[in-house]
Amino acid sequence: MTAIRVLVGTRKGAFILSSDGKRNKWSVAGPHFAGWELYHLKGSPANPDCIYASQTSGWFGQIIQRSNDGGETWEQPGSMDDAPAAPADPADGPPMPQGESNRFVYDTSPETGKPLTTHQWYDGTQHPWEFARVWHLEPSLTDPDTVYAGVEDAALFRTTDGGKTWHELPGLRGHESGPAWMPGAGGMCLHTILLDPKDPDRIFIAISAAGSFRTDDGGRTWKPINQGLHSMYVPDPTAEVGHCVHRIAMHPSKPDTLFMQKHWDVMRSDDAGASWHEISGDLPTDFGFPIDVNANEPETIYVVPIKSDSEHYPPEGKLRVYRSRTGGNEWEPLTNGLPQKDCYVNVLRDAMAVDALDPCGVYFGTTGGQVYVSPDGGDRWSAIVRDLPSVLSVEVQTLS
Amino acid sequence: MIRVVLPFHLRTLARVDGEVVLGVGDARVTQTAILDALEARYPMLCGTIRDHATRRRRPLVRFYACSKDVTHDDPDALLPEAVADGQSPFLIVGAIAGG
Repeated sequence: MTAIRVLVGTRKGAFILSSDGKRNKWSVAGPHFAGWELYHLKGSPANPDCIYASQTSGWFGQIIQRSNDGGETWEQPGSMDDAPAAPADPADGPPMPQGESNRFVYDTSPETGKPLTTHQWYDGTQHPWEFARVWHLEPSLTDPDTVYAGVEDAALFRTTDGGKTWHELPGLRGHESGPAWMPGAGGMCLHTILLDPKDPDRIFIAISAAGSFRTDDGGRTWKPINQGLHSMYVPDPTAEVGHCVHRIAMHPSKPDTLFMQKHWDVMRSDDAGASWHEISGDLPTDFGFPIDVNANEPETIYVVPIKSDSEHYPPEGKLRVYRSRTGGNEWEPLTNGLPQKDCYVNVLRDAMAVDALDPCGVYFGTTGGQVYVSPDGGDRWSAIVRDLPSVLSVEVQTLS
Repeated sequence: MIRVVLPFHLRTLARVDGEVVLGVGDARVTQTAILDALEARYPMLCGTIRDHATRRRRPLVRFYACSKDVTHDDPDALLPEAVADGQSPFLIVGAIAGG
């Protein structure tokens, strides 16, 4: 029997929404990690009961959580099960190993051969890289213990032991353009990680506000893939780096075709990012954050237009998802079941996802705490929940 | 033994209720010694009070002892005798932030 599990990260905890394949009756579990910001949760494609979560706090920093039972129970990898608690008095015995699962330390090893020290700051000066939080967790397609983490300040980390330890892939930050990267308003975050299902050595990532990068050698070396992007807010609008990419999406059957929601502009590449062209077409505004692809139709894509970079809410107070069935340029508003007046929420970059059923279910969460579902590819929408804390991320698992 | 009071979120992470009781062995009773012992016993707290890389106190964490804010004291300075002998707890507090 098919089931759906929606993993929702919010400003005040995580929630897990569950339904059968009909997707019309839902149960809500949570909050998990109440009071903490949950930037992202994602399950392993290789073992859906294995879920990773990024738990963060302005007070207490970064925590990584892992569940091995579909979100029923959680642990910090390596902190609870591998060693007994140390005695109350160290004189009574050796302490247990230090917890490493929330340790994200930038690589400074000489092997990198790069001065991985500074990036461009808001005032144009160089600024040291400082870890703030994990924005996005991307489990391996084949190994539940291997996960990639995109962090702020922008860098890519990886664990191969189920989250117990994390190590930077320094080739990305060591790219010669690194000192020119600069933070967007939300910080300099690596927020998108796409694993190529046909080539395990190929990974796409995106950084605000540096742009998109691709590796073809498993993360050792990277190259910017921003040709064709035009950003009027940087001195050279067609610069190799400096673009505020908000999100990239890919259909697994066509990994060379990428769709991008940029700060402004919706873009498309058909050559694995080597070149991009605009597909904003007849959208009412091409500013927005999320973008996603229908699970069954690789040319059907979804965006949520936002009024402008200064007004982060839907135009005219009408919450509309826009769908293109032609791979871009021709868009239709999807409004059935969505508020069409007085709606001033935002949908953040990691807060839209699709399931793998047919018809495809589409899901998104808002900064107003609503999580919407469309079980028919966008034709009809309903709110699964309406009053959660502000939603940071939505991921969907299709379980069988 | 030393009594340590953790803020709510760190008690949840450490899966403890109430105060934590620690010893520091032969070490002098300082902030550093207490935090070292705390992290050794509860490794899930590593990085939550002190930054993993710099080992410096996180900016929004405060330390109180004997009704005094010792946050900005030398972390290797001796704490009051009342903390060392367990008469008074060492408080780890999340800074107040309104809004």
